[in-house]
Amino acid sequence: MSGNQDVVMKENWWSRLTRSKYFVYVLISPIFLVLLAYVIYPFYQTFLQSVMTEEGATFENYQRFFGLTSTANLEALWTSIYISVISVITCAIVGVTMAFLMERYEFPGRRILSVLILVPMALPPLVGVLSFTFLYGESGIIPRFFQALFNLDSVPFALKGVVGVIVVHTFTMYTYFYLTAAAAIKGLDPSLEEAATSLGSGRIRIWLKVILPMLTPSLVASSLLVFMISMASYTAPLMFGVDRTMTMQIYLSRTNGNLDMAATQSTILSIVSISFLILMRWYQGRRNFQNQSKGIGVHRTELRSQLAKYLSMAFSFIGVIILMLPILVLVLISFSVDGEWTVQIIPTSYTLQHYIDLFTDERTWRPIWNSLQMSFVATAGNILFGVAAAYALVRMRFKGKVFLDILIMVPWALPGTVVAVNLIAAFSEPNVFSFNQVLIGTFWILPLAYFVRHLPLIFRSTSAALMQMDESVEEAARSLGANWWYTFRRVVMPMAFSGILAGTLLALVQGIGEFVASILIYSTSTMPLSVAIFQKMYAFQFGTACAYGVLQIVLIILVLFISQKLTDGKAGAAI
Amino acid sequence: MKNVRLETVSKMFGSAVGVENVDIDVKPGEFFTFLGPSGCGKTTTLRMIAGFYFPTKGKIYFDNRDVTTLQPNKRNIGMVFQNYALFPHMTVFENIAFGLEVRKMSKAVIKEKVERAQKLVHLEKYGARKINELSGGQQQRVALARALVIEPDILLLDEPLSNLDAKLREETRVEIKRLQVELGVTTIYVTHDQTEAMTMSDRIMVMKEGVVQQIGTPQEIYNKPTNHFVASFIGESNVLNGEVVEIIENSVKVKLEDHIFVQGSIDQSANGKNLTIGEKIKCSIRPEAVFEGPGVNELHGTIQLVEFTGVSINYVVKVGSNIMKVMIINKGNRILNRGDSITLHVPVNGIYLIGE
Ligand SMILES: Nc1ncnc2c1ncn2[C@@H]1O[C@H](COP(=O)(O)OP(=O)(O)OP(=O)(O)O)[C@@H](O)[C@H]1O
Ligand SMILES: [Mg+2]
Repeated sequence: MSGNQDVVMKENWWSRLTRSKYFVYVLISPIFLVLLAYVIYPFYQTFLQSVMTEEGATFENYQRFFGLTSTANLEALWTSIYISVISVITCAIVGVTMAFLMERYEFPGRRILSVLILVPMALPPLVGVLSFTFLYGESGIIPRFFQALFNLDSVPFALKGVVGVIVVHTFTMYTYFYLTAAAAIKGLDPSLEEAATSLGSGRIRIWLKVILPMLTPSLVASSLLVFMISMASYTAPLMFGVDRTMTMQIYLSRTNGNLDMAATQSTILSIVSISFLILMRWYQGRRNFQNQSKGIGVHRTELRSQLAKYLSMAFSFIGVIILMLPILVLVLISFSVDGEWTVQIIPTSYTLQHYIDLFTDERTWRPIWNSLQMSFVATAGNILFGVAAAYALVRMRFKGKVFLDILIMVPWALPGTVVAVNLIAAFSEPNVFSFNQVLIGTFWILPLAYFVRHLPLIFRSTSAALMQMDESVEEAARSLGANWWYTFRRVVMPMAFSGILAGTLLALVQGIGEFVASILIYSTSTMPLSVAIFQKMYAFQFGTACAYGVLQIVLIILVLFISQKLTDGKAGAAI
Repeated sequence: MKNVRLETVSKMFGSAVGVENVDIDVKPGEFFTFLGPSGCGKTTTLRMIAGFYFPTKGKIYFDNRDVTTLQPNKRNIGMVFQNYALFPHMTVFENIAFGLEVRKMSKAVIKEKVERAQKLVHLEKYGARKINELSGGQQQRVALARALVIEPDILLLDEPLSNLDAKLREETRVEIKRLQVELGVTTIYVTHDQTEAMTMSDRIMVMKEGVVQQIGTPQEIYNKPTNHFVASFIGESNVLNGEVVEIIENSVKVKLEDHIFVQGSIDQSANGKNLTIGEKIKCSIRPEAVFEGPGVNELHGTIQLVEFTGVSINYVVKVGSNIMKVMIINKGNRILNRGDSITLHVPVNGIYLIGE
């Protein structure tokens, strides 16, 4: 043994630590601490706020929520639920139908459609709703076009209210059904169907007895997911003026200063969301993954009859139009002169000024810069904790593993509105976790919210990458003399790199587009991009709002493209 | 080149036994093999030597140094994994250089050593290749080079050939043995393939359900199996139930079923001098130790099955109620038919007496 005495001492100390069976706890305690500080504690504070009054703890607020004297809350809960149920149904119909058409039939335009079908994923929530109001709202382009066409006094139809919300949900969330159903259909062994046919089953019987049961697991999983996301939906009800949903009620209670009630509503919504998360984990754990790749790909049926060909071409054409319109309309309006577009079908005068302003006008550039900064800070934290958590959960065994596994996914299940309310409850006053600072109103609260909301993204994509990595590769490195840290740096990190990067990019763009939590906790000095869009919208500066939106979409498409390249199309796991 | 010693090493997984009371002493430079059926604890024992598991009980020594709980990276071992475990994000050169970089050697030394190792495994031209651009056999050789280049005190191989096809397996087997002899490194080899074990090893440890059955040279294991399990796991053997009826000096008379008597020897017995009259034992008779025609230990039977392999004629013969496999070397003898009766004899040193 040669070398500096200090080095030897340090090595001994560290190697003793990494060898210890408590090393895993050293690794996971920071993760637990962070989750405790920024997920559990804020949640607990909100709960406290909902039960504490001057006279002590009561469930008065909960009685009021469920009481019949004022039914607003119950109505909101009911509306949220039925919007969600209908959204699940419509998304399922659209998603599964599309999956079948795309996976089973060969028709003109299928290729382009199969790319564009994922466009809704590239729309940040606020921007998506925005383009829908521009397109189909009461002063939207399409209704006005038909009004002009048929010379009507008023628009013949317009998207608003609950129907509007459901249409937007369907457009933005059918992809969850589409992706899982398409994967399941790809995995269906065609010989099963052929076997059933040879046994004399008719088409309908085959559907009911063979195909549907095989699709059930993926349908259940997607249904739970879409239900959960619909319950959390905030932007669509906000823009279509549906006040009686849970998220809107929380927002309204807060703006009316009824903080106890907001806390109560938040707690109830959290409980619903977390129950769904647990239900989903349970269902995924129970479901047996049958080996889906048995060689023979599904052969697509080619359409033979002339009529079917024309119909399918029309279908593709309409599909492409519907999918592209939201982006096209944003691009169109982003070139329009602010304030000039009033009653015409489409804007009449155009300019490049908005794009120039984006990067040159200090006031326009500010929100972009804010969002970039805040998202970068949050993502840096996400990488640190998300990767560590993924490594601990995939590779190590310790007590409380199942608990950590669920806990780390909780922020993913919590509606953004709830995350914001919880953070407000926790950090309006100084405490240990905020290093004795009031965080509300500072720069730090938004990155914190982004950090909490997007931690699961990096965690999941990294875990997926680690799970594919053979553990013996790490052991090989150890046997060659590398210590734990060297192995992690030289072997684990590079091998999980594509997974980490995919999650990182996703967290980054999600942070840049985050609206739901931001709207509750931003301060004017740190206004993020999405809130700026919202305000421009209300100030009738449509051009600037849309230019912002286009910028976001470009970023997202870029990121999706890069992840796709990096992970050979496995990035879906992270979304 | 180090000596590896395990003292009553046991490993429990919760309440399940991985291995129990393993005692071995591997000599410096020896090629030592763990042999046994799936799940018998070979990998578990190997991983304790490598440092990936710590024994629940017992001690492990490298040259009298207690390494029982030493970290794997401090043991200076070279390990070859069943699935190779190569680093997929590195080239062949980088893979082999990894262990040297960990040891902070200079670039020039690393380059020289890696190139020498590449030559050793005949992969001189493949340095810049990515791992996924290599065949299975080439990957195996990279794994071997990577383990050897660090000049390990001990080389550990866990079923290194099981992912290769038959021909490649034989080639690589020869290659491994050549390298081991050339470098003289103490080697512990895990396999469930008896041909591999027999052809390569200096000594073999046969295991079953976590317990060591026998340790010995290939000849010892084959010719003098300690029990029924070893006798039938290594090669083929007729294991017949019997009872000791007479012991005169070295000669032991055994009564098989149906009043058939055979003559064995105390020198050819797992229990040696401890045999007692009336003791129930088993006789292990290898098929190739049985000869056609009259002689000592003459047996009469009926042929039930005939198999001609070219090198040999294999018969399944019913002798009383005992079923025996018999292998007659093909010297152009007449091949009997099913149902024919046959006279056989077994020389005294063809019978090995094993315990119950
Ligand atoms: N990590 C573990 N946890 C629990 N049980 C284990 C673990 N590793 C091994 N075992 C058990 O210990 C026993 C021995 O396993 P081991 O892997 O050593 O077998 P093996 O001889 O290498 O078999 P194979 O030839 O199939 O590789 C088996 O019964 C196995 O189920
Ligand atoms: Mg094994």
